Amino acid sequence: MRSDKNTSAPLGLKIAAGAGLAFLHLPILLIFLYAFTTEEKSYQFPPPGYTLQWFAVTWNRPDVWAAMGLSVRVAAISTAIALVLGTLCAAAVSRTKFFGRETISLLVILPIALPGIITGIALRSAFSFAEIPFSFWTIVLGHATFCVVVVYNNAVARFRRVSGSLIEASMDLGADSFQTFRYIILPNIGTALLAGGMLAFALSFDEVIVTTFTAGQQSTLPIWMLEELVRPRQRPVTNVVAMVVVLLTFLPILGAYYLTRDGDQVAGAGK
Amino acid sequence: MTAVLFQQVSRHFGAVRAVDSVDLAIAEGEFFAMLGPSGSGKTTCLRLMAGFEQPTSGHIEIFGETAEGVPPYRRNVNTVFQDYALFPHLSILENVAYGLMVKGVGKAERLKAAEEALAMVKLPGYGTRRPGQLSGGQRQRVALARALVNRPRVLLLDEPLGALDLKLREQMQEELKSLQKSLGITFIFVTHDQGEALSMADRIAVFNDGKIQQLGTPEEVYKRPKTRFVADFVGSSNVLPPDFVASLGFGNSHASLRPEDITLGEGPGRKPFSGRVVATSFLGAANRVTVEAAGARVAAMVPASLAVPAQGETVTLSFLAEDLHQMDATP
Repeated sequence: MRSDKNTSAPLGLKIAAGAGLAFLHLPILLIFLYAFTTEEKSYQFPPPGYTLQWFAVTWNRPDVWAAMGLSVRVAAISTAIALVLGTLCAAAVSRTKFFGRETISLLVILPIALPGIITGIALRSAFSFAEIPFSFWTIVLGHATFCVVVVYNNAVARFRRVSGSLIEASMDLGADSFQTFRYIILPNIGTALLAGGMLAFALSFDEVIVTTFTAGQQSTLPIWMLEELVRPRQRPVTNVVAMVVVLLTFLPILGAYYLTRDGDQVAGAGK
Repeated sequence: MTAVLFQQVSRHFGAVRAVDSVDLAIAEGEFFAMLGPSGSGKTTCLRLMAGFEQPTSGHIEIFGETAEGVPPYRRNVNTVFQDYALFPHLSILENVAYGLMVKGVGKAERLKAAEEALAMVKLPGYGTRRPGQLSGGQRQRVALARALVNRPRVLLLDEPLGALDLKLREQMQEELKSLQKSLGITFIFVTHDQGEALSMADRIAVFNDGKIQQLGTPEEVYKRPKTRFVADFVGSSNVLPPDFVASLGFGNSHASLRPEDITLGEGPGRKPFSGRVVATSFLGAANRVTVEAAGARVAAMVPASLAVPAQGETVTLSFLAEDLHQMDATP
């Protein structure tokens, strides 16, 4: 039935599509390229020579490790908070009926719809109003606001597909609440949570705007990179770090994509 | 012994009285039907037995033990859900073994019991499949096996045949009935299909507006409906208005008269009345003839072998006095 299988697009369209993809992805390749350049003060093209020395230099820079460590810790803890709160919230919204349910759903999603700068300013003024000193935890709180949304969105979509009678059936067959969560709910929402958690981690890991408003003296990796670009010394170190960040965030997003795609079959199998 | 006992049980959702002061005693080993239209409270009664709902007031006993406050997982009662509620991420065998698994029965033992249960519902060898790979009828058998493998003392069935096509439904009716006979377990099922209730159940409770309208054997409920609602809902009985009943020489109250108890023409010992034919319809084995008599519409079943009177014709009909049942004043 695939009559369109052999018809090919016009040449002009192919060129336009290729150009669009190239425009999206060539700059990223350039970042990778300059990680190997011998020239450290400006991004001159083509690079005058190639070297692997920047990997060693980066490895020995303590500020890189500090920034990377902070980012990983912030992302991990925000994701953990988001997984717990996002799942609970999704369960409440999809499992029960209560007054203002739709409003709550909207309010939970709002932080990701708002520009980051608004969230940032709002959190900063709230923290100063409450006289909370800026610290690691203020960054975590700032990131958790949008990480919760990502987890919530993934979980709520899956919860809606898990029929309510599955939980009743489990209880009816003798499983208490913990057993029901362990054997029935978790396997059905697990991939959605993993996907949501990975996305949340990736979002948190490269977040700049909210972080600048909620961080004290600390710099997360993206903030460190911004500062580094201003200094005309050892610039390729930034590129090396950028490569690592691309890999660190790209892999989870790719994983999340595949997990949610497979999840359709898992959750829809009973229907 | 009484399997399930309801004493003045009510369940209110806000202002809605889903179940309103219901008294009920279901005997051990009985095949019991709760029949009624949607919203009549029959499913809420089933959920009260399963433990998914708690009564607003009243008292429930299951085999002599108080059931209020006992969660579903501590009741020796299992349910076959209307949508079957099979776990989509588990295989058929794991689905059936689930109840034994959460109770801590060893793997080899529970898988053996699950295989036996699948064989009992005529699905041997289906264990490795997933629920999504089975047809509706097969899923229903799996749901049945999953409940029965726990050896419940009471099996609750929520519209068990509702999602099946007519042929499969008739087959499952017989199978359920013979399964219940051989296992000796109390089966309680909810249905809105009066034919299903009449053919399967030992006793029927007819529900309307959260109350039991009538409780009795299929024959009692069918032949001697207590209220106009029962007469109307169970089968399609003629509900005769009081003045018409009085004009026939009975007391001044509503009465029910089955169409198949009315014959064309007069006969010895039969009560005659005349009416003008307003509609006829062919039903295969019989013709349904509707006449207008003294302002009341009365339907009669005329065997297909007899000639059908023409519309507008005035005919004489008759019935036996004992087939007319006078009903309570309540609707």
